[in-house]
Amino acid sequence: MSRRPYIRPVSKTTWYMRNKRYKVYVLRELSSFLVAFYTFFTICALAILATDSAEKWDSFLASQQNTGMVVFHAVALLYFLFFQTFPWFKLAPKAMPVQVGENKLPDSFIIIGHYVAWVIVSAFIFWLAGVI
Amino acid sequence: MAIAKKAIVWGLFAAGGTVTAFVVPALITLFLLVATGNVPDGLQFDQFHAFASSWLGKACLFIVLFLSVWHAAHRLRVVAHDFGIRKDALIASAVYTVAAIGTVLAAFYLLTIG
Amino acid sequence: MSTRIRDMELEIMRYDPEKDEAPWFQSYTVPCNEDWVILDAINYVKDNLDTTLAFRWSCHMMVCGSCGMMVNGEPSLTCKTFVRDLPDKVRIEPLENFPIERDLVVVLDDVMQKLHQVQPYIMRKDDPPAEDVEYNQTRGQLMKFKQLTMCINCMCCYAACPQYALNKDFIGPAALTLAHRYNLDNRDQGKSDRLNILADHDGVWDCSFVGACSEVCPKHVDPAAAIQQMKVDGAVEFWKQKMGIVGDKS
Repeated sequence: MSRRPYIRPVSKTTWYMRNKRYKVYVLRELSSFLVAFYTFFTICALAILATDSAEKWDSFLASQQNTGMVVFHAVALLYFLFFQTFPWFKLAPKAMPVQVGENKLPDSFIIIGHYVAWVIVSAFIFWLAGVI
Repeated sequence: MAIAKKAIVWGLFAAGGTVTAFVVPALITLFLLVATGNVPDGLQFDQFHAFASSWLGKACLFIVLFLSVWHAAHRLRVVAHDFGIRKDALIASAVYTVAAIGTVLAAFYLLTIG
Repeated sequence: MSTRIRDMELEIMRYDPEKDEAPWFQSYTVPCNEDWVILDAINYVKDNLDTTLAFRWSCHMMVCGSCGMMVNGEPSLTCKTFVRDLPDKVRIEPLENFPIERDLVVVLDDVMQKLHQVQPYIMRKDDPPAEDVEYNQTRGQLMKFKQLTMCINCMCCYAACPQYALNKDFIGPAALTLAHRYNLDNRDQGKSDRLNILADHDGVWDCSFVGACSEVCPKHVDPAAAIQQMKVDGAVEFWKQKMGIVGDKS
């Protein structure tokens, strides 16, 4: 009897096509492109604001008003909600378990807490921006 | 053996992930409103300029931008690995350099305003 | 009493190191009782259809952890996977991410070494402990990590982990979880030492929180949670050490 273990090949570039779980994971990780885009988009907006010129700011706002940007932001918003915000809340209790007394708080408590905080934070931002 | 410096960027990634999960949907919604032509009052020049001129406004904007950019940088490093790019040292220097530049730019412009 | 019998087609991966260049699939038609688990069906093959089939099992009751296999692509404990929950055609392969020794038997040397490497035992600064000393543990202290003690080393989590698939140096879910179990134990004082090894390169940071390990874990140990908690601990410990605070619970 001779040993000759067989090693199954794994693709370094397409491994995530193997099952749905991996595909969802990769889509989640790709949300980082949106974070990067919006961060630098906001920094660019601040650069224009830093010129202290109302005209330049108004023309920047005007430049943003087109159907392409509406579609882009709408798609980005949905993508971000389903592949960053919701997964992050769902996984939060795993990284930060809370023990009250002897027993661990059920994950659902922590997840609901996140959603409540999210609504408050979002409402605050909208209030600050004068939307509500 | 010691704890790897990845602990630093992971900490920023985790903090940034939390902050972006909470605030980015609202921010995208504001940009969406701008795109549809319904510019929120808070984003009109006078109001937004005043907000970004206040120290509280500057601090809020900086914290969000700082954590977001490092969150994105670290996650993109992982994405590169997941797509089979194995030059991790190179990727790491690239993404973290961009994150550092973003941090400096955000600080610079915020300090310039007002 | 009547039991429903259903013919099931099992496509089983075969590999004979002395004859085969690569694994191949062999089909067996098994008259399955709907109350059976997949392990029963595989045993039927061994007893009635093909005595050459090699696979591991022992307890048939989710305790020994030796019958882990891929069932339709999902890492599963075959003694816990019911025939009634599966379609008429089922594909059975040895656990992914491990070398195949023969048929459904995999080589586990790597994870056995890793389980050992994480120092999975109580470490004390006062070693050897003074005689007649009891280290007490309250129920609350036990509940911090009790879930993590349920692991039976079936290694389904390693078969589910794409980061382990891509990088065999990654310590991986079960071993890191075992380490965290001791880190959380109030009687243990080795957390700082363990983190120095496990939060180094190839340690917790190679996990990208796919979460697959927790989803397939037949004992609901939740390795992904343990690893994320270790990352938090590692990040905190890093700054503690930088600031010269010796981070140890006493």
